[in-house]
Amino acid sequence: MIGRLDGAGSRPAGALDARAAPPAWLLVRGAHLLDPRTGLDGPGDLLLREGCVAELGAPGSLEAPPEAEELDAAGLHALPAFFDPHVHLRVPGREDEEDVESGTRAAAAGGFGGILAMPNTDPVVDTAPVLRSLRERARAQAHVPVGFLAAITRDQAGTELTEMADLADAGAIAFTDDGLPVRSAGVLRMALQYQRLAGLPLALHEEDPELSGAGAMHEGAVSAVLGVAGIPSISESTMVARDAALAGYEAGRVHVQHLSARESVEAVERAKAAGVAITAEATPHHLALVDEDVRTLDTARKMNPPLRAEADRRALIEGLRSGAIDCVATDHAPHAREEKEEPFELAPMGTIGLETAFAALHTELVLPGILSLGLLVERMTAGAELFSLPTPELRVGATASVCLFDLSASWTVGEQGYQSRSENSCFGGRRLTGAVRLTVAGGAVAWRAPALAAHPA
Amino acid sequence: MRHLISIADLERQDIERILERADSFAEVSGRSIKKVPVLRGRTVVNLFYESSTRTSSSFELAAKRLSADLLNVKTLGSAVDKGESLKDTVRTLSAYDPALVVIRSPWAGAAELVARWTPAAVVNAGDGKREHPTQALLDLYTLRQRVGALDGLKVWIVGDVLHSRVARSNVLAFGRMGCEVTVAGPPTLVPREIESLGCRVRASLDELADADVVYALRMQRERMEGAFVPSLREYAARYQIDGRRLRPHQILMHPGPVNRGVELSAEVIDSPQALIAQQVESGVVVRMAVLYELLASGGEEEATYGTGFTEEMPEPALAEVAGRPE
Repeated sequence: MIGRLDGAGSRPAGALDARAAPPAWLLVRGAHLLDPRTGLDGPGDLLLREGCVAELGAPGSLEAPPEAEELDAAGLHALPAFFDPHVHLRVPGREDEEDVESGTRAAAAGGFGGILAMPNTDPVVDTAPVLRSLRERARAQAHVPVGFLAAITRDQAGTELTEMADLADAGAIAFTDDGLPVRSAGVLRMALQYQRLAGLPLALHEEDPELSGAGAMHEGAVSAVLGVAGIPSISESTMVARDAALAGYEAGRVHVQHLSARESVEAVERAKAAGVAITAEATPHHLALVDEDVRTLDTARKMNPPLRAEADRRALIEGLRSGAIDCVATDHAPHAREEKEEPFELAPMGTIGLETAFAALHTELVLPGILSLGLLVERMTAGAELFSLPTPELRVGATASVCLFDLSASWTVGEQGYQSRSENSCFGGRRLTGAVRLTVAGGAVAWRAPALAAHPA
Repeated sequence: MRHLISIADLERQDIERILERADSFAEVSGRSIKKVPVLRGRTVVNLFYESSTRTSSSFELAAKRLSADLLNVKTLGSAVDKGESLKDTVRTLSAYDPALVVIRSPWAGAAELVARWTPAAVVNAGDGKREHPTQALLDLYTLRQRVGALDGLKVWIVGDVLHSRVARSNVLAFGRMGCEVTVAGPPTLVPREIESLGCRVRASLDELADADVVYALRMQRERMEGAFVPSLREYAARYQIDGRRLRPHQILMHPGPVNRGVELSAEVIDSPQALIAQQVESGVVVRMAVLYELLASGGEEEATYGTGFTEEMPEPALAEVAGRPE
């Protein structure tokens, strides 16, 4: 396990919160079972009993207990449900854009069995009472288990540390000022020192605000032509290098969020080679789209970090393949329609991503043969372990966290609307292949596609 | 052609057609009654989100000379001031059934958004730092009047390219007409990869003598405060077009308004090599041609300047105005 802090063991699944739901009793018959960690890769039956994986067997070999629903899953793939360590649920403060209920419903609809929510809300999650109130809400509303990160600095102002130890006791999963970098090296150094007390990773949004300036898209040929101020790749990579050096010096544990630039991948590789406890994530949009896709100034494709050049995208894919990038994270960032219906330079940054993450990468990377399905599934489930949470597995005895996919079904993004309360998808209108039929999260059925009718036993 | 958003949307033949039409309108502008009834009964909205004198007045004159009803919307003091979104403003103005909306905005892509939200034709009168296509067209028109064919001309665009929509439209426009374009300016004010527009990049004016046309850009004082250059003095020393740098065979252009003593010295502004006053003059006829192109050409050969012109306004005679290349 990469860079676990002293004393921080694997937490129980109870560290995440979800609403009470009846445990799943389900016999999934004849699906292609695929789990790169357990080595499963072939047709079989999967029995979920009382919310846990109870039995795995050859197709047609398992018997459904009387309580269990039997699903004919021939032609479908059963995968461990995905884990997204980077979601904006917008609660508290922007419930018009998303809330715990809608955001976790979108997660379930995308095949996610667990997510982590970012603290850049209004107010910021920087005290234990705010965190506790969110956890309480999740226990009432969340369709899939949710963990909450707390801020590194008070009000994300970048100057004073939050009560990290207190927040850790209240159940924070990690700390981040995501949305903003920790601009001051001195403050980040103190956070890395204090981290030893809290025992939790720091997740870092890497950006030098001076280099980003008023930039609204990747600095390159497209921004030059459009006359839109650019965000250079070095805005990210210099901060990755700085923070990796700080983490190495303080023996801290850092997770780099939403890598976008080739130079940043190289900086992470160097830090890993030097033994720094550093992990990294990349988003489906940075893995599938480039700055050329922004030429039309579609505000759904305005995000931070920005969509970069093709060479950057290739470096991210290579990093995902090699393991320099540990996991996929969506950076699901809902925004109100009226805010996205502004000129590009004025519109807020962010795209929703939970409902399209797997389908986009399956379509853009797996089907053309760039990445294997098994590796994609591994990287889409790897985020949990980075935060010392149990990895979803198709293993007897594990809490059921399973998704059923029809990998041949195509659909047009947005045509049937979104489960998210917002519609700012950078893949809107695209035809993707791979559709979720059913998601079991935290041992309970969290999502069922309308097409997959229930067959009570 | 439905909208004029970017020079990139125009083929060379489209540009030629607009310039030729502008020529025929120049003849109208020479008369004592400078009006033709081409757009009678049709409404043109001038929607300006930035202060502008020459662009908004020349669009206003162009619309009036084509007999359109004109609605000038300046954002100061309007509903926009009260927080109305661009979308709602455009929807509201569209309720007046305009035939065409001229939009000037500080934001790139605003014209496309307007085109999405109104059934009217849209002319981009400047969107952020991206494009100002009618400026480029009037520059081509002015230059062509002075030198004739533009093929093979070496054009240098000098100054603050980074913040200039004029530079972007003009690199594209001069390129379309067969010119060789070079942009030159302080490296802090020339964006990376601007070559992808189709130009060479130089950091100094050492090779400026090669140019046939020197197109100086306005150096905005606020850029000094942004520390893009250490001082106006050093900028002027390195990049000002003055009597030493401007060779006798070269033509000088500038989109205005000029900062005398910064990007241009007084002597070159007033020299016969400068086309600055002619550029302003061309603004009206070229914008008339653009309005005509979008609203009246209808794909047909220019048989008439509109249908409404009959009894009330017996002159000028249609045949006199229409279809005359020179």
